[in-house]
Amino acid sequence: MSLSPYVPIIGLFALAAFFALFSVAAARFAGPRRYNRAKLEAYECGIEPSPQPVGGGRFPIKFYLTAMLFIVFDIEIIFLYPWAVSFDMLGLFGFVEMVLFIVAVFVAYAYVWRRGGLDWD
Amino acid sequence: MGGLSYLAQDPTLQDFGKDPWWLVLIKLVAAFVFAVLATLLGVWFERRVVARMAQRPGLNQIGPFGLLQTLADGIKMAFKEDILPKSADKVVYFFAPTISTICAVTALSVVPFGPMVSIFGERTPLQVTDVSVAVLVLLACSSMGVYGIVLGGWASGSTYPLLGGLRSSAQMISYEVAMGLSIVAVFMTAGTMSTSGIVSQQADGTRLNLFGVVDLPAPGWYAILLLPSFIIFFISTVGETNRAPFDLPEAESELVAGFMTEYSSLKFALFMLSEYVAMVTMSAVTTTLFLGGWRAPWPITLWEGANSGWWPLLWFMGKVIGLVFIFIWLRGTLPRLRYDQFMRLGWKVLLPINLVWILVLAGIRTLQQEDVSDSYRYSFIAGAVLVVLLVTLLWPSKKRPPQRTLQEKVNRRPAGSFPLPPMDLQVPPSPRTRRAVAEREPANVGAGQRPGAGQPGDAGTGHDEKEV
Repeated sequence: MSLSPYVPIIGLFALAAFFALFSVAAARFAGPRRYNRAKLEAYECGIEPSPQPVGGGRFPIKFYLTAMLFIVFDIEIIFLYPWAVSFDMLGLFGFVEMVLFIVAVFVAYAYVWRRGGLDWD
Repeated sequence: MGGLSYLAQDPTLQDFGKDPWWLVLIKLVAAFVFAVLATLLGVWFERRVVARMAQRPGLNQIGPFGLLQTLADGIKMAFKEDILPKSADKVVYFFAPTISTICAVTALSVVPFGPMVSIFGERTPLQVTDVSVAVLVLLACSSMGVYGIVLGGWASGSTYPLLGGLRSSAQMISYEVAMGLSIVAVFMTAGTMSTSGIVSQQADGTRLNLFGVVDLPAPGWYAILLLPSFIIFFISTVGETNRAPFDLPEAESELVAGFMTEYSSLKFALFMLSEYVAMVTMSAVTTTLFLGGWRAPWPITLWEGANSGWWPLLWFMGKVIGLVFIFIWLRGTLPRLRYDQFMRLGWKVLLPINLVWILVLAGIRTLQQEDVSDSYRYSFIAGAVLVVLLVTLLWPSKKRPPQRTLQEKVNRRPAGSFPLPPMDLQVPPSPRTRRAVAEREPANVGAGQRPGAGQPGDAGTGHDEKEV
C-alpha cells in the first residue's frame, strides 16, 4: 500500500499538533498553582497595567499599510512563480510579457515610494 | 567521477509516495526527533558560541560540556506554574504557541536530507516527502508561523506583547516579500519547485580546466550562480526568523520579551522551540536551495562514494550547522537595527534590487537560448542600455539644501523682518542690571572676573552687528 506524497505533510502536521497540544495541556497539570492577584495582572514592569480598551484598541496605521502592501507584492510574486518554473519553455514571448508585468508593478512601487508609503516615520 | 553516477542517486518525484505506511511513520518520527534535537542542541550551541565570543566559558555544568543544560531547562519549565493572565483571551492564548510550533515543524517535511538509501530493505529517498510544489509548502509554513506570534501577542491582553506581535508580523511579511522574490531566480534556473529536484539540478557545475592538468569542477551551487539571490535570501531568513540583528519583536530594552512576555511554563518553551526549529529549518532550506543540498562540497567529491548511501546526511548536517553558526555569529557581532531602518532595508533596498536582478537574469537567460536570432540579441542589448540610460537620466537627484551659516541666513532675510537671535545667545543685561553692575564694579575686581560680566556692552554689541 502506498500513500499519496501529500499525506506525510499532513502526518507531520498532526504529529507536531499532538506534541504541542499535549505539552500545553500537560503544563496545566504538571506545574503548581498558587493564586496571587499581582501575578495575574498584565506585566508592565511593576506599575499598574494600563487598561486595555474593549475590542483590542487601536494600533499605528503603518502596520495596516504594510500588510496591504504585502498583499500587493505577494500576489506579484505568486504570479512570477509559474512563469519562473516554466521559463525555459516560454522563450522570448514569456520574457517580454514578464518585463511588461514587472514594469507595471514597478510603477505602483515607485508611486508608493514617492507617496511615502514605505517610510516608517 | 562522471555526472551520471551522481544522478543515479538522485530521487525523482516518482520515487515519492511509494513508501509503505511503517516507513512513512519512521520518517515522520525521525523528522520530529530531528526538530526537537535541533532545538536542544541549537540552544546549547548558541549559548556556547556566544559565550566564547564574549570570552566566557559558557555552559559547562550539566552533562559533558553542558550538553544537557537545555534538557534540564525544559524539564524545569514543565514544572513551573502555567500562568493565565487575567486580561488574556483564553482560547487564543492557549493555541498561539501550538500554531507556531506546528508551522515550524511541518516545514521539515519537504527538506531533503539525503539521496536514495535503503531502510530495512526498502529503497527510499532520505526525505519525508516531496511534491511538485514543495517550496510553496515551505513558504506557506513560514508565513503561517506569523499567526502564532501575532495571535500570541494579541491574546496576552497586555501592551508589550501586543506591540511585539504587531512588529513581528509586519517584519515577517515584509521580509517574506524579499524572500519570495529571491527564490524566483532559483525556480528560473532549476525549472522545478520540488526540493529534491532543485538539489539534483545543482549537481553539475561548469568545469574549470586549468592548463589541461587540473580538472577543477566548479560546484553548481546556486549560491555561486545566483549570488545576489543568495545574499538577499539569507538576509531575509534572518529577518523572517526574528533573529539578531533583526530581533526587534523581542527588543529587551523596548518591549521586555515582545510577544512572549506573558507566556510561562511549557507555552514559553514551545515558542522557544519554534524559534529554534525555524532557524534550523531555514538553514536547511538555504542549504537545499542554494548550497547544493546534501551533495558533498568539492574536495570530498574526489572520493567516489561521497554522494551515496548515508554519507550525504553528514554533508547536509555540516552545511546546516555552518549556517546556524553564521546566525549565531551575527547575533554575537551586530547591534540591533532600529525599526525604521529595518523596514527601509526590506522595502527600499532588498525588494528593488531583487526585481532588477530577476529582470537581468531573465534577459541573460533568454539571450543564451539557441533559437534567438542575432538581430533580436542586439536589439535586446540596445533596449537594456536604453533603459539603463533613461533611468539614470530620470533618477530624482537628491540635492541637499546648501548648509548656510547663521550670518548667511540672516543676510537672506527680507529687509525689515524680525531680527534673528544669534545661536550663541547671550541675553544682554537689562539697563537696570547694567547700572547695578556698573555701580558694584570696584567691589568685584578682587573677586575674579567672569568673562563678559564686567563688560556689559560686549554681548549687546555682538547682537547689534547681526541685526540687518
